[in-house]
Amino acid sequence: MGDTSVATQVATKWRKKRGSLIMALHEIQDVKGYVPWEDALEVAKTMNIPLARIYEVLTFYNFFKLEAPGRAVISVCTGTACYLKGNDKVLEEFKKELGINEGESTSDHSFHLQCVRCVGCCGLAPVCVVNGKTYGRVTISDVHNIIDEWRRKIEEEDKELAHG
Amino acid sequence: MVKLKIDNYDVEVTAGTSILEAARSVHIEIPTLCKHPDVDATAGCGICIVKVNGRIMRSCCTPVAEGMEVITSDAELVDVRRTVLKLILSNHPNACLTCIRSGHCELQDLANTFGIKDAPLPNLTKRWPIDDSTKALVLDSSKCILCGRCVEVCQNQQNVWALGYQNRGLATRISPANGINLADSPCIKCGQCSAHCPTGAIVEYDETQKVWDMLNDKDTYTVVQIAPAVRVAIGEEFGFDFGENLTGKTYAALRRMGFNRIFDTNFGADLTIIEEATEFVRRFTQEPETLPMFTSCCPAWVDMLEKYHHDMISHFSTCKSPQSMVGAMAKTYYADKMGLDAAKIKVVSVMPCTAKKWEIVRSEDMSSSGFQDVDVSITTRELARMIKQAGIDFRTLPEEEADNPLGEYSGAGTIFGATGGVMTAALRTAYYYITGQELGELNFSEIEGLEGVKEATVDIAGKKIKIAVAHGTGNIEKVLNTIRQAKENGEELPYHFVEVMACRGGCIAGGGQPRVMLPGQPKPRGITDDIRRKRAQGLFDEDLHAKNRLSHHNKSIQTLYEEYIGKPNGEKAHHLLHTHYTARERYKK
Repeated sequence: MGDTSVATQVATKWRKKRGSLIMALHEIQDVKGYVPWEDALEVAKTMNIPLARIYEVLTFYNFFKLEAPGRAVISVCTGTACYLKGNDKVLEEFKKELGINEGESTSDHSFHLQCVRCVGCCGLAPVCVVNGKTYGRVTISDVHNIIDEWRRKIEEEDKELAHG
Repeated sequence: MVKLKIDNYDVEVTAGTSILEAARSVHIEIPTLCKHPDVDATAGCGICIVKVNGRIMRSCCTPVAEGMEVITSDAELVDVRRTVLKLILSNHPNACLTCIRSGHCELQDLANTFGIKDAPLPNLTKRWPIDDSTKALVLDSSKCILCGRCVEVCQNQQNVWALGYQNRGLATRISPANGINLADSPCIKCGQCSAHCPTGAIVEYDETQKVWDMLNDKDTYTVVQIAPAVRVAIGEEFGFDFGENLTGKTYAALRRMGFNRIFDTNFGADLTIIEEATEFVRRFTQEPETLPMFTSCCPAWVDMLEKYHHDMISHFSTCKSPQSMVGAMAKTYYADKMGLDAAKIKVVSVMPCTAKKWEIVRSEDMSSSGFQDVDVSITTRELARMIKQAGIDFRTLPEEEADNPLGEYSGAGTIFGATGGVMTAALRTAYYYITGQELGELNFSEIEGLEGVKEATVDIAGKKIKIAVAHGTGNIEKVLNTIRQAKENGEELPYHFVEVMACRGGCIAGGGQPRVMLPGQPKPRGITDDIRRKRAQGLFDEDLHAKNRLSHHNKSIQTLYEEYIGKPNGEKAHHLLHTHYTARERYKK
């Protein structure tokens, strides 16, 4: 079972305030990248909210993730400008290269692929964002390089972790 | 009061009444699939639309207003209702022929009423895995029309919160949190979801074939028992009025089906009273720290206690339920007496309840005879199905008697099936145990009826015994919190003895009871307070006219103690008639 101390802390902070379930769930996802089952159980216990209600909220909002996302989150913009400029084909290329559908993570949890509607820089369309880094005027041939760049970063992180 | 016109009839109703309810008062039935009198409107189905001053609105959730002019049916409204029905049917399996609810389904009924002859829209029904994990209820989300009644009942009426909405839009599904199985959720198997579901999405776990197999096996000695509440509801399946007591016909039907012995759970209820009243008197006079004592006949309440109220476990009566007591006695006392091999006896129980299916396997204590004490528990609905399959003309069947000795019962045993009944029966015997005299007035009117929590004080030999009766698990929290608070503050206990039944009205309105429509009954189908009252009346009437109204005067029970058990609450009683409770988590990890 995972460590639920974050959930305990967050839920304790919000328990007295009515209507603050969403805030608590947000904070857990901010720290963990998703809301694990054990954490939801802990929130239920601490905030005295039935788990069924918590999952009504968690599954209603697209924002909440119930499973650990990949470490590099690839957001492909499918807003009007990016879509017209060919990001649908870029998305297909990402799917093919990673072997996953949108909204899914690779089995090694390295990558998560998702669509977003406009990231606010239509002048650079078509746009992709990976963990906050923006790529403009993306073409199909860039896809492989972007994945490669982040695969190397993840490998370096792993090495540092192993030595540290 | 508010004055309005519905279909040109003048109507006067109290403010806050919905148009749907107001229409009923002038004999106009507005069709609906989601609004049920037990629960708040969810405005889920869109069938109950009416025209209010020309505008189309949902009548279930629109309160009346002064001077309103309402049209409940015209060509346009019928057309819209048809379209809504077709849309629902486009997301519903075409499986009526093999659906257990067929003939009792509100969607089927409306499709007929509105003459939906074909389904011109493409069928986009989502198939979900069928959840029969509880072996008490079956949840088939493919048949769910998202009316929300079960969620309202599970969350707000029962306060169990096993069910909720998952996802949204087209992906919406009603299920336990994160789509886990019911058996891994806090579900207490009360089956109130199934009592309110308009379609076949949540139904009983059908075990009729298991029973037929036992009946067809020549080497098996089959014993059957029927619960108090079954006798005043089974008739509805055969066109009898609500609450009509058909004990004799039910015995006769069971005998024709081939059961070797017909026993009665009411005998078990009398036995429960001997044990429970003895236990209460002991706690009251010698162990006041273990008060209040809670009744424990209701398996859904037992399940809830073990999952939700760990601090109250020591207050629970250790008595098994009447069903389990009859099972244990059939395979020990009766087997011994008749020289039967207990291994060859199969006990079938007919219950108004889906949780009883869980009770028979809930712990090792349920196998106290050395075998599983009750082998199969079927609901009233399943028994009706079997009687029909067997080709028995229930309506004209002559009445018969039960077999001895586990068939004799008192009026006190009969009223176990309605809220207030167990407490009444227990007090009659407890009074005798404490005073050595019989009660003058045998009924306690304060604890009868449908008020959620009923309280009374009973004077026994100068001692004031404070009692509470709660039904519908949503009402119990209040009682428990009052007790908790008094304990915390070191105050006098608010109650000494508390009866709890998980379903509103008690077992007569259990999750396994018939949900047929009789002529003249306002829609929707299923349980309503009017039906609850009639069924309860059926039981209280039998008690009122019974030759013996006291459990401790049941001759067969007296013989049972002399010949076999010895003393109430004694060693043998503890082994065969009592049980233990274990604190459990609400969610399996």
